[in-house]
Amino acid sequence: MNDSKDLNCPVAAIETEVIQLAHGGGGRLMHSLLETVILSAFENPAPNECHDGAIFEVGGERLAFTTDSYVVKPLFFPGGDIGSLAVNGTVNDLAMCGAQPLYLSAAFIIEEGFPMAELRQVVASMETAARQSGVYLVTGDTKVVDRGNGDGLFVNTAGIGAVRARTPVNPGAVEAGDVIILSGDLGRHGIAIMAAREHLAFETSVASDCAPLWEPVKALIEAGIELHCLRDLTRGGLASALIEIAETAACALTIEETAIPVLPEVQAACDLLGLDALYVANEGRFAAFVPAAQAAQTVELLGAAGLGAVAIGQVTSGAGGTVAIAGPYGATRRLTMFSGEQLPRIC
Amino acid sequence: MKHVDEYRAAETVASLADAIARATTQPWIIMEICGGQTHAIMRYGLDQILPKEITLIHGPGCPVCVTPDAYIDKALEIAATPGVIFCSFGDMLRVPGSQGDLLGVKARGGDVRIVYSPLDAVEIARSNPSREVVFFAIGFETTAPANAMAAYTAKREGLCNFSLLVSQVLVPPAMEALLSAPDTRVQGFLAAGHVCTVMGTEAYGPIAMRFDLPIVVTGFEPVDILAGVLACVRALEEGLHDVLNMYGRTVKSQGNAAARALIDEVFEVTEREWRGLGVLPASGLALRSTYAAFDAEARFGPARDIRAAPSPCISGEILRGVCSPLECAAFGASCTPDHPLGVTMVSSEGACAAYYRYRDPTDEVGVVFVHE
Repeated sequence: MNDSKDLNCPVAAIETEVIQLAHGGGGRLMHSLLETVILSAFENPAPNECHDGAIFEVGGERLAFTTDSYVVKPLFFPGGDIGSLAVNGTVNDLAMCGAQPLYLSAAFIIEEGFPMAELRQVVASMETAARQSGVYLVTGDTKVVDRGNGDGLFVNTAGIGAVRARTPVNPGAVEAGDVIILSGDLGRHGIAIMAAREHLAFETSVASDCAPLWEPVKALIEAGIELHCLRDLTRGGLASALIEIAETAACALTIEETAIPVLPEVQAACDLLGLDALYVANEGRFAAFVPAAQAAQTVELLGAAGLGAVAIGQVTSGAGGTVAIAGPYGATRRLTMFSGEQLPRIC
Repeated sequence: MKHVDEYRAAETVASLADAIARATTQPWIIMEICGGQTHAIMRYGLDQILPKEITLIHGPGCPVCVTPDAYIDKALEIAATPGVIFCSFGDMLRVPGSQGDLLGVKARGGDVRIVYSPLDAVEIARSNPSREVVFFAIGFETTAPANAMAAYTAKREGLCNFSLLVSQVLVPPAMEALLSAPDTRVQGFLAAGHVCTVMGTEAYGPIAMRFDLPIVVTGFEPVDILAGVLACVRALEEGLHDVLNMYGRTVKSQGNAAARALIDEVFEVTEREWRGLGVLPASGLALRSTYAAFDAEARFGPARDIRAAPSPCISGEILRGVCSPLECAAFGASCTPDHPLGVTMVSSEGACAAYYRYRDPTDEVGVVFVHE
């Protein structure tokens, strides 16, 4: 065997001057992009405490405002399509601010040659989703780009909502002792998309959990639940969402792995691909931080709204910015954010 | 989930941990060869429920980690060649060569695609007859049959636009190299169940005999790993130096005859360089001359070794189990998954990445863990 001192790795050339896919993956690279390039470039009169949307006051009314772009491949997948995703995603970002979604805009970037029938299908699905949440698509835009300069169809939606929560709903309101409620099982959307995109044939097909979340949030607000923080668990999954909240709120979270529901078919797909369900994307799930005294009622209310909600953990008084997960065998580990997206493992 | 749940059952894990504690009377150092096992140990905190006398050290069995720079650089060069579609398993994409990684090549316009099976790359070659399609055939005996099948299929179909960049390695020679090193700490091995599923267990008897130590063929679920540790501890305590198969539900002593025949049809044993271990004789596979037409190195030129720049990275020692990631000054400080200084921080099966992801920063040996 050679002298190992000669066999060490070279220092990697870190690629920072061009955008990589990982910059959009919901992990650390995306956060660093936002902090160093995007947020730092703009003056903001009201520092944004709620990452899912901005909250400001107009004529005495507290409004929430948010936007999101949708680039999903394939455009149609089990459980939804880019249209339902674009409406529900923005509706959910407003709901996570404790706001009732009211009006949405929709902008379409369409590639030359895109089938008209598919566009009609997407638009119809947007209208169905809008009705379901009681929102109106009131303004929009279309652009057509040369063939090859777009991936079929990109959709952007922006939304305005009226804040209905009586107290601030953001990481800053999280308190030690709060209970973390998860609204349902994890990982369906990410696995549905991956299976459809890569033509992976699993024995049972998994449908996306894509769904609007305003109704369940409204039920909590109307019942007087003091919502400290809400977060929908999209890119990066439950783990990334909790880490973001722990870091923003400078609090410590502890969750129980055995309390977190994952469908057997989703778990099987994750095992096969070497993915961790805690990091897989969802489009109809959220985490709620509520006072311990209201935790049981929250679970019950969400259950009544048709969601399989469970309490998965608590905010502790430990060192800030960390999420600890107690495993099934008594060992506790720390959750860390992925660099970019999860990559399927070799074997 | 049937056939998985029973291997993750908390009661079984607890009773195995108890049995290990009862069987242990003195300190033992056991190496798990396979990166998949390292990942599971850290993911489930299995090392934390073992008695303190048992030290698990992590072997070189991460296929991504041991692939040498020369091949990463060759992959980058081929992937950046206009007209080429470069196909790879997902976790190779972030591995740094001396000039960036495959994700960087992709961001700059290279057609780099993640495939889940080498046969997907063959399909890409079929549907893109005017493009050169190259598959990065790395890994241990586990990936060898599917990689061989890709070459076999391409030859049978006469797919002239398909080739493989082969950096395929074999486990038993690496175990011998580790045990021959003067600074070896290994007293018992957990052998990689998947590798043995393909190749069988015959190669391990002579190693156990020559180096006087137990080798336990072990699976990847928590119950499998603890059953492997228990068998290894019992053998060590009794002074037995045997090969034990604790993964009998898939491993037969002869291995998988069809898979072995296919490997033998396509590949021949050759000298290979391992990151961390250096060049080991008869430690890898190369395409046979009958498959030379599908060798990417013949088509795009041979992989060439580039002298590594000085680095604080000790992945060589980590891959040999001589050092733990926590003993590296760069770990968690200048070396993180965002800015890996070495491969063991890149792949999810690498020991450093597993420690970074799963290790509670507040426990153990007073190492200051710098969290970004």
